[in-house]
Amino acid sequence: MTQTTENLIEVKHLKKYFDVKKGLFSRSDRQLKAVDDISFSIKKGETLGLVGESGCGKTTAGRTLLRLYEPTSGQILFHGKPLEKLTHKELLPYRKKMQMIFQDPYASLDPRMTVGEIIGDPLDVHRICKGKDRSDRIRELVELVGLKRDHINRYPHEFSGGQRQRIGIARALAVEPEFIVCDEPISALDVSIQAQVVNMLEDLQERFGLTYLFISHDLSMVRHISHKVGVMYLGSLVEIADAHELYTNMQHPYTKALLSAVPIPDPDLAEKSERIHLQGDVPSPLDPPPGCAFQTRCAYAVAACREVKPELKDMGNGHQVACHIVS
Amino acid sequence: MIHTARMKEREDGPFSPGAAADLPDDLFEKLDESDRQDNEEITRPSKSYWQDAWSRFRKDPLAMIGLCVIVVMAVAAIFGPIFSEYTYDGQNLENGNQPPSAEHWFGTDKFGRDIFVRTLYGARISLLIGFVAAAINMVIGIIYGGISGYFGGRVDMLLMRIVDIMIGVPDLLYIILVMMFLGNSIQSILIALCLTSWIGTARIVRSQVVTLKHQEYALAARSIGSSNLRILFKHLIPNSIGPIIVTVTFLVPSAIFSEAFLSFLGIGIQVPIASWGTLVNDAIPTLFTQPYQMLFPALAISVTMFALNFIGDGLRDALDPRLKK
Amino acid sequence: MKLLQVNNLRTTFHIEAGQVQAVRGISFHVEKGESVGIVGESGSGKSVSMLSIMRLLPDNAKIEADRLLFDGIEIMDMDHKQMRRLHGNDIGMIFQDPMTSLNPLFTIGDQLMEPIRIHLKLSKAEAKKKAIEVLKMVEIPSPETRLNQYPHEFSGGMRQRVMIAIAISCNPKLLIADEPTTALDVTIQAQILDLMRDLKKKSNTSIVLITHDLGVVASMCSRIIVMYGGQIVEEGTTREVFYNPQHPYTWGLIRSMPKVSEGEKKKLIPIPGSPPDLLAPPQGCAFAARCEHAMKVCTKYSPAAISLSESHRAACWLMHPKAAKAEREVIGS
Repeated sequence: MTQTTENLIEVKHLKKYFDVKKGLFSRSDRQLKAVDDISFSIKKGETLGLVGESGCGKTTAGRTLLRLYEPTSGQILFHGKPLEKLTHKELLPYRKKMQMIFQDPYASLDPRMTVGEIIGDPLDVHRICKGKDRSDRIRELVELVGLKRDHINRYPHEFSGGQRQRIGIARALAVEPEFIVCDEPISALDVSIQAQVVNMLEDLQERFGLTYLFISHDLSMVRHISHKVGVMYLGSLVEIADAHELYTNMQHPYTKALLSAVPIPDPDLAEKSERIHLQGDVPSPLDPPPGCAFQTRCAYAVAACREVKPELKDMGNGHQVACHIVS
Repeated sequence: MIHTARMKEREDGPFSPGAAADLPDDLFEKLDESDRQDNEEITRPSKSYWQDAWSRFRKDPLAMIGLCVIVVMAVAAIFGPIFSEYTYDGQNLENGNQPPSAEHWFGTDKFGRDIFVRTLYGARISLLIGFVAAAINMVIGIIYGGISGYFGGRVDMLLMRIVDIMIGVPDLLYIILVMMFLGNSIQSILIALCLTSWIGTARIVRSQVVTLKHQEYALAARSIGSSNLRILFKHLIPNSIGPIIVTVTFLVPSAIFSEAFLSFLGIGIQVPIASWGTLVNDAIPTLFTQPYQMLFPALAISVTMFALNFIGDGLRDALDPRLKK
Repeated sequence: MKLLQVNNLRTTFHIEAGQVQAVRGISFHVEKGESVGIVGESGSGKSVSMLSIMRLLPDNAKIEADRLLFDGIEIMDMDHKQMRRLHGNDIGMIFQDPMTSLNPLFTIGDQLMEPIRIHLKLSKAEAKKKAIEVLKMVEIPSPETRLNQYPHEFSGGMRQRVMIAIAISCNPKLLIADEPTTALDVTIQAQILDLMRDLKKKSNTSIVLITHDLGVVASMCSRIIVMYGGQIVEEGTTREVFYNPQHPYTWGLIRSMPKVSEGEKKKLIPIPGSPPDLLAPPQGCAFAARCEHAMKVCTKYSPAAISLSESHRAACWLMHPKAAKAEREVIGS
C-alpha cells in the first residue's frame, strides 16, 4: 500500500444545515443541523471509517464532501485545493477524481439501462473514450469486478445484490478516481456477500492506490477495512483515532456503548460480553440538546456537559476525543 | 467424522441418497475447475423493459383486439382509397342517396359520393390528428413537466401557476378562438388541440420526476458529473416513460373525438375534405330518410374510441404493473 | 414437547418465467419454550418457509407438506376460522420493516387493541388495560399517553417495540421474528434483542428468529437451522453449529465475518459467486457451484442429511466415508 504523509482530503469545520420549512406563513424556518462542524483528514491510500447510527449525519457528511450537497460553511480541500466554492463547470474535473459507491444496490442503478450503458455513462459524461475503445474499457471494468462479458447487455434487476454492488463499483472506477466515498456499501447485502465486496474494495485500493471514506454502521467491518476511524453522533465527531487504537482504547462513552452493542458471532464470547445499555433514542437533530449532544443518554454526564459543547481534544497519537469527562 | 445414523430425508436425486455407500470412488474426486458450474451465471433469459411489457400486453385480449382494429383501420385508411375507383370528392349527382350495395358498400350521399371511401379518408384525417396531437402533447408535456419537477422550487412554482391559470379557462374557448384566427385547416386544428391538452401529461411527468429525482441513481449520475439536463432526459424521463405513454395513449382518442366534434359543429375540417365529424354533420338532414349515411361514420368513431381505450387500458396494465388489480 | 413440526415442506411460486422452487423439502421442529434461529442469505427460503407455515403467501404460491403440525393440529387442514385464530392468537409475527408494518392512519392504541378485542374477546376498557400492560412489557415509557399517538410520532426502535407488543398481546405460543433488527441501528438492535430474550424468559414463548446475521443468533437462540437454496444444509445447537460446523456453507458464513478479537488485519474469506436461481435449481447440491471442496458427486446427487448427534445434522457429501477430509476453519478455541 502506498502510504505517504500527504493528506489527499482535508475537511475543516464542515457544516451542512438543511432548512426545514415550518409553514407558509411562519418566518422562523428551523434548521436541521445534519453535519455540525466536523474536521478530519485522510492520507493518500488510506481509509477513514466513519461510523454512527442512522441520522448522525455520516451520509450527509460524505455527500457534502463530494459537493452533492452544498456545504453551509467550512472547507473541503482536495490535494490542498479548496473545492467548496467551485462552480459546476470548475468542479467537473474533480468529479472524475472523486467518486461514490452507494448504499442501495437496487436503487443506485438506473433500471432502464443495461450494465454496459451504466458503466459507459461516466465515460460519455467526461468524454473519455468512444467506439471500440469505449466497449473495450467497459469489458475491462466488468471483468475487473468479477463479472462476465455476457453480463454487459443485461439489466440490473437480473443480478443479485452483490453483483449489483459490483456494477456500482465498476461505474465508480470507470473514470479512474483517486478518492471514493463508500456510503454504506455493504449494509444492504448478505453477510457472505459483504466479505466479497469488502475484499474487492481492499484489492482495488492496493492496486490503484485508492483513498476511501468508508461510511457504515457496521463497526466490525469498519474496523476491518479502515486505517483510521471516526465516530459520529448527532452531527458531530465525538472520537477519531487509528483503527486499532480506537477499538482497543476507546475513550468516549458513546463509542464504548456503540461497540458493546455489536452482536458477537461466537456464543461463548457473547455470553461473557457485557453490554452497556443506552437509554432512550437519539434526540432529533432538529432540536438537539444544549451542550454535549450525547448528554441525554450518557451515564457519566456532569453539569458542564449540559452547558458547553465539548471540542475534539488530542489525547496523543492522533487520538482525538470530544468529551468533558475524558482527560 | 462420526456417522451415527443416516437419515433418509429427501429423494430429489435420480437415486435414493440413503444408499450412498454404493457410489463409485471416482465420484469423490475433487471437481475440476472446468466441470464447475459457473457461480456467477444468470440462467434466466434477459428481458428488457419493453419485451416484458409486450409479453404482458399480448396476454390482454381486449387490448390485442383494439390494436388489431387500429392497425387494420390505419392500413385501410392509407391504402384503401388507392384501390377504389371513387374519390372523396368525385360527385355523381345521378347516383345520389343510394343505400349500401355491392357497388357502394356504405351507400352514397346526396352528391353521389361514395361514403365508404369518404369514411376511409375520414380515418386518415382522424388518425393523423389523433396521433400527431398526442405526439406533440407528449413532447411539450415531457419538457415542461420535466423541467418543473426536476428544478423544483421557484421554477416549479412559476410553471405550475401558469398551468393552473391556463386550465382555469375552458378548452372550447381557446379552440374556437384559434380556429377563428387561423381558419379551418388540419394545422389549425392541431394547434388548437395542442394548446392546453399537454397539461395533463406535464403534471404526470412532473410528479414522476419529483419522486424519481431523489432516487440514488439520480444522485449517482450527479456524482459522476452528469449535467442536470442529462440526468433529466437520460435517467428520469426514461424511467417515467410508462405512465407517460399511458397518459398519451388516452390523448389519442380524446383528440380524435375533439376533431370530430369541431367538424360536426362546422368549425373543423372544411368541405369537401371528409372527416368523420363532417360526415356525421352532412348526414343530419337525411337522418330519417337515409340513416346509414350517419350510421357508418358514427360507427367508425365509436369503434375507434373503444379500440384506443382498450389499448390504453392494456398499456397501463403492461407498462405500470403496480396499478393492476 | 414439540410446538411446531414441519415435515418435507415444499413451496413453489408460479411466475411468468416458470416455477420458482423457493422451499425444497425442509423438515424441522420447534420445541415449546425454545428459540430457534433460521440463518441464510436472501433467497435461501428462510422467510418463505415461515410464511408458508402461516399460509400467508400470495395466490401464485403452491404449498405442499407431508406434515405441518402446530401444537398437534395439522395446519393444512385448518379452515378459515382456525387460521384466523392461529394468526392472531397462537402465532405472533414481527417483520423487518417497522416503518411500513404499522398503519399510519390509526393510533398505536387502535392497532394494539384490535387484535386483543378480537382474539381475547375483551371489553374496550379491559383491552385498554391489557394494551397498557403489553406496552409496559416492551418498555415503552408513559404507555397511557403513547396509546393515543400515531406511528409517525415513534422512532424506528419504538415502532419495532410496538410491533412486538402487538405480536405478544394475545399471549402467542410462538413468536416468529423475520429479520426484526435488520433495519435498526446497533444500539437499538441490542435493546430489541434484550427485550425478546426477557420476554422469552417471562412468558416461555417459543421464538423463531429469521436472520442473515450469525451474530444475532449467537446470543439469542439455543438452536440454529442453516438454509441454502431452499433447503436445510445444517441444523444443530448453537454451540454445535458455531464450534463444530459440518457444512462448507456454514464454514463460509463464519469465515466471511470479521473477527471481533482479531488483532492484526487478516483478509476476509468470502463465499465466491452468487446464490442459485431457484427457477432452475442446479442438479445435486445447491452449494456445489460456490463450494471450494466440491466433488464430482456434488453436482450429480443431492447429499442426504447425516446426523452427528441427536440435535446436529448436516447434508454434505464431505461427510461420506469416501470423501477426503477437508480443511476447515473453526472459530473460538
